[in-house]
Amino acid sequence: MASTEIARQAGEGARAVPLSGHVGFDSMPDQLVNKSVNHGFCFNILCVGETGLGKSTLMDTLFNTKFEGEPTQHNQPGVTLKSNTYELQESNVRLKLTIVNTVGFGDQINKEDSYKSIVEFIDAQFEAYLQEELKIKRTLHSYHDTRIHACLYFIAPTGHSLKSLDLVTMKKLDSKVNIIPIIAKSDAISKSELAKFKIKITSELVSNGVQIYQFPTDDESVAEINSTMNSHLPFAVVGSTEEVKMGNKMVKARQYPWGTVQVENENHCDFVKLREMLIRVNMEDLREQTHTRHYELYRRCKLEEMGFKDTDPDSKPFSLQETYEAKRNEFMGELQKKEEEMRQMFVQRVKEKEAELKEAEKELHEKFDRLKKLHQDEKKKLEEKKKGLDDELNTFKQKKTAAELLQSQAQQAGGSATIKRDKERKNNPWLCTE
Amino acid sequence: MLSFLKWPDLPSQWLKPIKPTESEEDNQSRAQALRALTYQQKNLEGYVGFANLPNQVYRKSVKRGFEFTLMVVGESGLGKSTLINSLFLTDLYSSEYPGPSHRIKKTVQVEQSKVVVKEGGVHLLLTIVDTPGFGDAVDNSNCWQPVIDHIDSKFEDYLNAESRVNRRLMPDNRVHSCLYFIAPSGHGLKPLDIEFMKRLHEKVNIIPLIAKADTMTPEECQQFKKQIMKEIQEHKIKIYEFPETDDEEEMRLVKKIKDRLPLAVVGSNTIIEVNGKRVRGRQYPWGVAEVENGEHCDFTILRNMLIRTHMQDLKDVTNNVHYENYRSKKLAAVTYNGVDNNKNKGQLTKSPLAQMEEERRDHVTKMKKMEQEMEQVFEMKVKEKLQKLKDSEVELQRRHEQMKKNLEAQHKELEEKRRQHEEEKSGWEAQQRILEQQKLEAFRTLEKNKKKKIF
Repeated sequence: MASTEIARQAGEGARAVPLSGHVGFDSMPDQLVNKSVNHGFCFNILCVGETGLGKSTLMDTLFNTKFEGEPTQHNQPGVTLKSNTYELQESNVRLKLTIVNTVGFGDQINKEDSYKSIVEFIDAQFEAYLQEELKIKRTLHSYHDTRIHACLYFIAPTGHSLKSLDLVTMKKLDSKVNIIPIIAKSDAISKSELAKFKIKITSELVSNGVQIYQFPTDDESVAEINSTMNSHLPFAVVGSTEEVKMGNKMVKARQYPWGTVQVENENHCDFVKLREMLIRVNMEDLREQTHTRHYELYRRCKLEEMGFKDTDPDSKPFSLQETYEAKRNEFMGELQKKEEEMRQMFVQRVKEKEAELKEAEKELHEKFDRLKKLHQDEKKKLEEKKKGLDDELNTFKQKKTAAELLQSQAQQAGGSATIKRDKERKNNPWLCTE
Repeated sequence: MLSFLKWPDLPSQWLKPIKPTESEEDNQSRAQALRALTYQQKNLEGYVGFANLPNQVYRKSVKRGFEFTLMVVGESGLGKSTLINSLFLTDLYSSEYPGPSHRIKKTVQVEQSKVVVKEGGVHLLLTIVDTPGFGDAVDNSNCWQPVIDHIDSKFEDYLNAESRVNRRLMPDNRVHSCLYFIAPSGHGLKPLDIEFMKRLHEKVNIIPLIAKADTMTPEECQQFKKQIMKEIQEHKIKIYEFPETDDEEEMRLVKKIKDRLPLAVVGSNTIIEVNGKRVRGRQYPWGVAEVENGEHCDFTILRNMLIRTHMQDLKDVTNNVHYENYRSKKLAAVTYNGVDNNKNKGQLTKSPLAQMEEERRDHVTKMKKMEQEMEQVFEMKVKEKLQKLKDSEVELQRRHEQMKKNLEAQHKELEEKRRQHEEEKSGWEAQQRILEQQKLEAFRTLEKNKKKKIF
């Protein structure tokens, strides 16, 4: 019996001891299975493919039921993803099946961004799970897992090769989801063309480095069948929900004038293989791969983006507490720095403005100092003028006084002369005075 | 032609419709989800094949192997090692690897032994944790502390492994169950028992056992059990509870077990022949106490419950309840920096990172507000200053105008004065000239007269 992973991990320190009787822990797998069955399972399929390739029909055929949906038109402006969840039950197994359809894929003239909405959707589901996982109080046990477990990529049955849209899209998706490429509507291809087509597709995928999902071959019970199936990839399928009477049975088939294509006939198409592999044998492996490989990759990238590391510069592993504390300190430091920066900026502005205003004040004072000086000059001039006038006035006054003095003197003399004359006149009346 | 895979013989219980067994929390959250989205029920019109899922899960789990950690706690000499050996039908503890009672140290130690056992293709990595020295000292205060520390350290290891950026398959070394051995004193729980269980019931699944049950008669045992359960309820100790099922038969079994709690066990390393059968038992002069006889003790019930039916549930409860408790406490402490934020309990749905994001957003708003305020204050101050400047300019201007006016008035006055003076001057000068003229004329006339007179 091959040793299990646990046994390998036990390493040194664990000794193997023989049992002397039936203990009963071989019921552990049963206990585990019981719990899972009670809890219910969930599975999410993403169907990517151009409009009209029979995605919805194939889902209906695979799960033997009619899911909702009307066929979409070709006039979608972009690629949107529509998801529907259904509860199915088979014997005692409950399955929450979510089918996500790409609406409008391949319809636009410019298909450069077609893959983007798909990648975003897948990432959004990973993100939701990651957020739930990181919560302080989380309920992972009852969380409805919406991560895409399998992506069925529908290839148009051209018979020649993959379209470049297919290659581009698959390349973008192969690290995010388990891709299972299938050739849709394969009743349009003849058997010989089909073989060539498959070879072409596989070689193109390999040469472009697209990693498609390989059925696991490490478990002996299914290794053989899985490896056989791996060689039949990509599966060429036909879907149909209509039933046609063949012999005495009603079988799912498509009826043509030249014959009837039976969906479940392995000579006609690989539908049965697909159903076997996808649902009956590897469903759990698909879920596991999604969780342990694709989700872990997403998580790792996301955490590294956020700056988390596993080891500090001395290569000692961080404990969670340390990591969070470090993050928190960094965060607080950042906030404080921002505050400081803002304050500094304001201080700077205040300084600048103050300097400006001081300048303006200085200018103003200078201006008025100049004016003041002007005034003073004017005043001085005025004073001088005044002084000049005063001097003149004084001179004039002096002159006047002098002249008046003279006059009065003259008058006195003249007066006496007049009196004398008058006397003489009196005395000499014959003096003619004129 | 591909033949369908061979179906293994599905155990009968699988084929019965089993309703989900959910805890209260699950019920609530599921109800919530259902209220929000009701998924469509679809009927399958044919065989699809996902009923094979359980088979796939089975296969993978066998491939992966199982692990289980069992802790045994009790005073020395209560038969712990013997019971373990009896439970697992192996010499886990032997002369080479002595049991805890043979390894008594001065202080309580917590030690573990790992063994790998195989049965029916199923590998089990069994870790037995024992506590030599527990309850054996004179002063047993805090003897539970090493145990709590051990359990917490295993939780911590798991938490760190789970939180790494690069995660690998994580070994689950958390303690899944703790068998607590109660001495068969016949009266009730000792204070040490109560103290220990109270401190550990929220960290690990406690399964209390009455050790060496063959020292009590069935009636004494019954009495003892009743007393213990009463005390357990009084002290609100949460021992491991069996999950509810809707399946009637299972419920009956569970009820039967519940009635016999705590289980009274007997262990033995020796095989004795009784009535031609080789059984494990203890030979007394008065008879043989058979370990696996349901009438003698509850060993079979314990073994079935612990190993055959509820081992997975013990692991699940440890993972979903005890570990999550530890984790949320730990992360809350880190997020809120150890501040006791009872009011934040409702916000514990965020992850520490989301918490930081929110704090960052708050900070941004705060900063914006601060910026706005500072901006406002700045503007106001600038306006003030400018206003002052303007005022002083106006003032100075006014003064300047005034002074100018003053000067002009003075100028005018001066002009007026000058004009007057000029007028006066010219008037006087004119007068003077007239006087001069008169004088001259008078002089001439005088001269004339003089001349006349002479004649």
